[in-house]
Amino acid sequence: MTGGDPAQPNPLLAVDGLGVQLDGTTVLDGIDATADRGRFLGIVGPNGAGKTTLLRTIAGAIDPAAGRVAVAGEPIHDLTSKAASRLVAKVPQDTTVGFEFDVRTVVEMGRNPHRSRVDGWTDTDVAAVEQALDRTDTRQFADRGIATLSGGERQRVLLARALAQDAPLLLLDEPTGSLDINHQVRTLELVRDLVSEGRTALAAIHDLDLAARFCDELVLLSDGGVVAAGPPEAVLTESEIRNAFGASVVVSENPVTETVSVTALGAGETPADGRSETSPAPQPGRGSKDSGR
Amino acid sequence: MTLRTRTLAWSAGLTAVLAAVLVISAGIGPVSIPPATVARALLSADPLPLGFEAPRTSRIIVLNVRLPRIALAAFVGVALATAGTVMQGFFRNPMADPSIIGVSSGAAVGAVATIVLPFAFPFGLELQGAAFLAAVITAFAVYLIATQGGQTPTATLLLAGVAVQTFLGAIISLLLLHSGQSIRRVVYWLMGHLGGTTWGEVRVIAVVLPPLFFVLLFYARDLNVLLLGEEEAHGLGVEVERTKRILLAVSSVVTAAAVAVTGVIGFVGLIVPHGMRLLVGPDHRILLPTSALAGASFLVATDTLARSGPAEVPVGIVTAALGAPFFLYLLRSREVTKL
Repeated sequence: MTGGDPAQPNPLLAVDGLGVQLDGTTVLDGIDATADRGRFLGIVGPNGAGKTTLLRTIAGAIDPAAGRVAVAGEPIHDLTSKAASRLVAKVPQDTTVGFEFDVRTVVEMGRNPHRSRVDGWTDTDVAAVEQALDRTDTRQFADRGIATLSGGERQRVLLARALAQDAPLLLLDEPTGSLDINHQVRTLELVRDLVSEGRTALAAIHDLDLAARFCDELVLLSDGGVVAAGPPEAVLTESEIRNAFGASVVVSENPVTETVSVTALGAGETPADGRSETSPAPQPGRGSKDSGR
Repeated sequence: MTLRTRTLAWSAGLTAVLAAVLVISAGIGPVSIPPATVARALLSADPLPLGFEAPRTSRIIVLNVRLPRIALAAFVGVALATAGTVMQGFFRNPMADPSIIGVSSGAAVGAVATIVLPFAFPFGLELQGAAFLAAVITAFAVYLIATQGGQTPTATLLLAGVAVQTFLGAIISLLLLHSGQSIRRVVYWLMGHLGGTTWGEVRVIAVVLPPLFFVLLFYARDLNVLLLGEEEAHGLGVEVERTKRILLAVSSVVTAAAVAVTGVIGFVGLIVPHGMRLLVGPDHRILLPTSALAGASFLVATDTLARSGPAEVPVGIVTAALGAPFFLYLLRSREVTKL
């Protein structure tokens, strides 16, 4: 097993010509992407672009129709669940739960990939769980039932579980989706910390400003293909966003964070600084369909 | 308190309850025997060189007449409660019970056919063998029907189980119509009964059940992770389809072994796991052993009631008559639907 060793050559994640079909519909086609160790890669794009499907495929939950995914040089779809789950930890988007485990038990399940059926609970396991509870600010409700938490609190618990899993590649599907502004920033800062420790993170993020602020690189998906990839300021241009989202936007610099900020314009709106609108009116129907992918 | 300590504490407590229920039950009958004498008779049993002595008649009544039936009730209670716990977790469905994929219906067809049909079964299959075989074949058939391309979606499995049970129900009704003189025996079997138990029947289930129970206990952690959903379980290192196959196969054999010996005893496998889940929580590492012990006590107690009235009634009637109101009470007073 080569996962988790920072001395290993890059890239940690290599997605090569990936094509995915769900129920006969092509959802992803010809996706290429790489992520080096210690990098935070954001996936942005309109609803239905295939962001969640891409993450699920990289996690090994969906078998691709074409192409391959390698994590730390290992073809993820040829590995056992156990081997794959030591390389990739995923924080799912859907945090609804229909069971009554307490928070600590859920976080402890993150250690499952590292334990054999006969092994007891080791010091490494204990340390990983305690650290995950601390870093995600979830220790305060460690003994509460997970069903009693709010959506945002549950999302942090699932992040804690992924941390306890201690895998070199962290996948996050809308990690800030149900979080308040405080925890949005704290969660993404935590991901940045993990990345600076040598892990690689790949996150689907709706909020383009947050994506630009925290990610090293962005991949813009539209209609199942990559339309742009690179540093945030290269990807989040008014023309790229107009093509992908079908929305008129103004791209400016956020005066506080000094990162790219994207403001969508409504029909008939013009930028307040008097600039002329650079995009046509939004095409009806685009960017509003939510297939849940 | 750690999970291990809690599991040990609960298991010790429930073992004590089971021992008390056994002693009280063995004292109840046409001849009533005080608990102290029962305890001495039990401890004087041949394999225990403890030097206890008891009056000869009490000894014979306890050890040869009542104990086989009580022991069978205890083992069957363990089997049904364990299989019910696993099935509810497996299907993430509070209405799941040990027979959800048709095991009991299959056993019933096998048993009723041996009683009703005028010809002898091949290979000298007795009623219990036929019931066991038909139960296992049914479970396997439901699994095959629900499996496509190596995947067995639980929703498909559930619906296939319901459809197959309905189909087998039609066959049972047809056999009942033509049962003539033997209808009483058929109905008696279908209601679940523990009467006339011999040590031979106890020995079979005592050998078959414990290893299978430990296999399920071995998979308790995987069952916990499966409760999060199959995709999440896969992401946490569980070989989902293989684990599902093992859980289904083992719990089906456990159920079949119980049902083949005693007939269809309903409700034990549904309410005991729910009751224990309310008390100890959803973690299968503690839920499985405690449900097994509680199931044993529950079935021994209900069977004692079934045989202590003026006329013996099938135990299945008692478990349903007592179990259903208790279950409704749980349903109204606490959130029993949560797994």
